Amino acid sequence: MHMPLEDTLGLNLLAANQHRADHNREHFDAWNLLCLNVMSSPGAGKTSLLERSLAALAGRWAMAVLEGDMTTLLDAERLEAVGIPVVPITTGRACHLDAAMVSGGLKLLQQRLDPSDLDLLWVENVGNLVCPAEFAIGEHRKVALLSVTEGDDKPLKYPVMFREADCVLITKVDLLPHLPVDVERIEAHIRQVNPRCAVFRLSATSGEGFDAWHDWLATQLNSLPTTPALIPA
Amino acid sequence: MTRCLLLSMHEWKQQHAPREPRVDRVHLEVGSFTCVEPDQLVVTWSDAVKGSWLDGSELVIESVPLVGRCVRCQATYSPDPADGFRSPCCQHPMEEIVSGRELRIRSVAYGFETATTPPTAPCPTPAC
Repeated sequence: MHMPLEDTLGLNLLAANQHRADHNREHFDAWNLLCLNVMSSPGAGKTSLLERSLAALAGRWAMAVLEGDMTTLLDAERLEAVGIPVVPITTGRACHLDAAMVSGGLKLLQQRLDPSDLDLLWVENVGNLVCPAEFAIGEHRKVALLSVTEGDDKPLKYPVMFREADCVLITKVDLLPHLPVDVERIEAHIRQVNPRCAVFRLSATSGEGFDAWHDWLATQLNSLPTTPALIPA
Repeated sequence: MTRCLLLSMHEWKQQHAPREPRVDRVHLEVGSFTCVEPDQLVVTWSDAVKGSWLDGSELVIESVPLVGRCVRCQATYSPDPADGFRSPCCQHPMEEIVSGRELRIRSVAYGFETATTPPTAPCPTPAC
């Protein structure tokens, strides 16, 4: 027997994750770096994007990568070859990174370098257009990729991901001449669910669109607070 | 998602420490514009809590519909994926969401075990 009681909480179901994400964010701000959460379906070109951007920006900014993958180190090894510090986070059966996993990755990163020396921290999430959209990791910006080979309907089929994104990169545009897909329609569908996000068209193969994408990154970096915050105990 | 819910419930339980609440029901509000499938969450919840302090609790999920507000005319509407989520009044993109993004633990119904009152006299029937 027990006395029936009821607590009205109004608590975010993801509150526990959000607390950890907020703590990660305090670290990012204290280190005065920009953290990007890069998300897409598998095969949309996240790792190829990072390879090209890391190589192009290595002389401009100090960068590191937290590389989320379910089972392998293949992507981490590709990015290590660029000469940028990479910390792999293997998620096992989990289809997304959460804030605790990223916190663990940050601890490993701190064993290799001082994060306050970094300008930009990339977090490559697990390939999935659903779950990563809901799990904050403490990032400053969410970047979603959509390749032209996926078709123009994906922003309407997976609207939460594209709604949550600060920036959407339409990738593999070098393939457009070979595909019955209308890139204008892709962009229109993105803007229907998220009229405010930045949208760029890229090809990691040809390099098309990367200057504009990197200019956007520079703008985001410049928008960081100039005075580093203190990390709470 | 289930793991996050369990962690949030663990944090709630710690607020009652050292007493051990026994949870009857957890009420959630889940928006339809989220990545959560309510039926799936109920199934994974019942599996995940087996043998734990939440064993026997029921997960009750209230779905919250997606409602948008047209920023041109301020009318509220039900965004339809088939119509590209546009407002039917002005054909404007889905800019403002009024509801549908909820992922909320609304309330927890619970209690604390109370000691059973012992009989005042021994049972007169020896065999019972």
